Amino acid sequence: MGFDSARHLIDLDHLGDDEVGALVDEVVALSEGGGTGGLVGRSVAMVFFEASTRTRLSFEAAARGCGTTVTRFDAGTSSMVKGETLAETVRTVEAIGADYLVIRHNGSGSAERAAMAVRGASVINAGDGWRRHPTQALLDAATIRGALGQIRGVRVAIVGDTMHSRVARSNAALLTRLGASVVFVGPSAMTPDWSGTLGVEVSHDLRKGIAGADVVYTLRLQLERQRGGAVPSLGEYHRLFGITRERLGWANEGAVVMHPGPVNPGVELAGELLDDPRCLVHQQVAMGVFARMAVLRMLERERCDG
Amino acid sequence: MGEQAFVIRGARVVDPAQGLDKQTDVCVIGEEISDVGTGLDIPEGAREIDGCGLVVTAGLMDIHVHLREPGGETSETIGSGCEAAARGGFTCVWCMPNTDPVCDSAMGVRYVLDRAREGCGVRVVPIASVTRGMRGEKLSEFGALVVAGAGAFSDDGRPVESAEMMRRAMQHIGDLGGVIFDHCEDLSITGDGVVHEGEAAMRLGLAGIPRSSESTIAARDGLLALETGCRLHVCHVSNWETVEVVRALKGMGAPVTAEVSPHHLTLTDEAVERLGTRAKMKPPLCGGVDREALIAGVEDGTIDCIATDHAPHARELKARGMDAAPFGIIGLETAMAVVHRAFVETGRWSLGFVVEKMSSAPARVVGWECATVRAGARADLAVWEIGGVYTLGEEHLGSKSRNSPWLGEVFGARCVGTICGGRVAYADGAVAGAY
Repeated sequence: MGFDSARHLIDLDHLGDDEVGALVDEVVALSEGGGTGGLVGRSVAMVFFEASTRTRLSFEAAARGCGTTVTRFDAGTSSMVKGETLAETVRTVEAIGADYLVIRHNGSGSAERAAMAVRGASVINAGDGWRRHPTQALLDAATIRGALGQIRGVRVAIVGDTMHSRVARSNAALLTRLGASVVFVGPSAMTPDWSGTLGVEVSHDLRKGIAGADVVYTLRLQLERQRGGAVPSLGEYHRLFGITRERLGWANEGAVVMHPGPVNPGVELAGELLDDPRCLVHQQVAMGVFARMAVLRMLERERCDG
Repeated sequence: MGEQAFVIRGARVVDPAQGLDKQTDVCVIGEEISDVGTGLDIPEGAREIDGCGLVVTAGLMDIHVHLREPGGETSETIGSGCEAAARGGFTCVWCMPNTDPVCDSAMGVRYVLDRAREGCGVRVVPIASVTRGMRGEKLSEFGALVVAGAGAFSDDGRPVESAEMMRRAMQHIGDLGGVIFDHCEDLSITGDGVVHEGEAAMRLGLAGIPRSSESTIAARDGLLALETGCRLHVCHVSNWETVEVVRALKGMGAPVTAEVSPHHLTLTDEAVERLGTRAKMKPPLCGGVDREALIAGVEDGTIDCIATDHAPHARELKARGMDAAPFGIIGLETAMAVVHRAFVETGRWSLGFVVEKMSSAPARVVGWECATVRAGARADLAVWEIGGVYTLGEEHLGSKSRNSPWLGEVFGARCVGTICGGRVAYADGAVAGAY
């Protein structure tokens, strides 16, 4: 691969099943008041080539919680717009002084490329194109554990534009490893049949797709990522795939609703559900800080041991 | 000074153009093969090449390459492209017009021909664009281009979008007896796609190129060829549907031919996961079913010939990541090695069959005389070392670029000499020793 996978967090695939389970445990423990610090004296650089508010804030809060300093690199005003390559940019940020580079980029595989470019720093993937968003998956798994008490045996329906979603890919990979069964639900333009290669079931019918689900995980309809004609209109999408209080009744009793944010109310999720106790959106956001702390602490242990 | 002469002694001569496969001698005087056989009358002072253990074939012809000059000289020049060709046993290459500026004028055609004359001797035939600047708006001046030396027409990579524009182009090119090389792609279907739409794309989180992007245009343009009578050559067929489309068109009597690349014959989209941008090209590598259909298509003649689509891109361009890196891989140096390893070493195809698909067959597509190892023919020859084992390294490449998916792999067939019109364009091993 050209880089030491244990030093970085590109995705969670390289971790053993025990390590992944322990990492989820750590996130839950941190959320229950399990300590801070651990990285005092380290510096974390936020290198965001793609707009994000909540993920960046969450990482920043986590970094401060671990005792690190935080610097920000704003790609919009940087020399990236002057044609500097990703590799050159991350090397520059590293040289200025960063032990950890939290990277978000719209190209699938970018985090991996950044990891190959840095010399000694650790790269944390905060979302690369449509490919992976490992800390989102981690926070979602911890949220499910917190709400339902377990992940093994849980059925998760991920509804919406799964094809263009790094959240769907990362969640499918992590949740199936932790013993959940996952079904992707969406129109075939967004959820093609060959999605099954990700180890999930596929359904193009909302009612059938969420029947038996314990978690209805709705995805943000990212209009900016749609090719022409992927959905006829927002209204049509809501008509066929929007989750409402009534439709939640098609899922298992006690089913919860999740969403990676930000929600388009009235499109993928009816506004009425945002205040419903079954909706875990805010628990997810809160868990995000602990998930990112757990990742920083795991990588720090790796740096100290390795 | 008399004419240069040399003789290759005791090589296995494989010449499907005359059904020949036997150990014999080949004598070249000046630009021509003077004689083939044993006990030849060798002129005094002729150099001797010990051909024992070597194979001699007609020089290969690649009717689909990109030489990047003018405009893309950091990736390739006509000179380095000819070097790459010579290292692959090719004595003639046809280069696509998607340079900067586009080869859409007599001046552009002449420039390519002039630069090629400064090269190692490999013949270069310029393909001119169908529309000015390949913009799809205004037809090129086909007559002037033919007179200047253009061998065919193509808007490769930016195919003519309007069916009516294509129909008109075919009427004019058909009148001139010319041929259109068709990069069949509906760019509206391709969209932002970078790899074959399928499981590998799904796993990698990459935008897919639907299969219909190629097959629908092949069908459209094939039917236009049927109507206008213009010859249409379908470039780099990549999926089973397009094979079926070509088969149906031929059945209807359309003047259609087709080519396939060594990479589509041997790789599938799984390679993208291993090789990244070194497996990113258009059309994309498809699935196993497609690969099988392409192989069957070559075997039953639906696909006429093999062409590389040699597409050099400088290292820094290919380092941009899967989303942003340009499409294409180099293939001239490795074409025979790759096809030989996959099909001859496995016993599926004879060496003669492969040589046919890479020399006489492409010549037939463009209406040229087939290269052959026969007295009186132009001395376009390739000399091969077959059966050895070597690991493909950068030292084997003549191209300025390194974007090959096969670097580091082990092969058994290697070109050790390329002779273009009696002139040595590339020599290694025993052939170099004689020079």
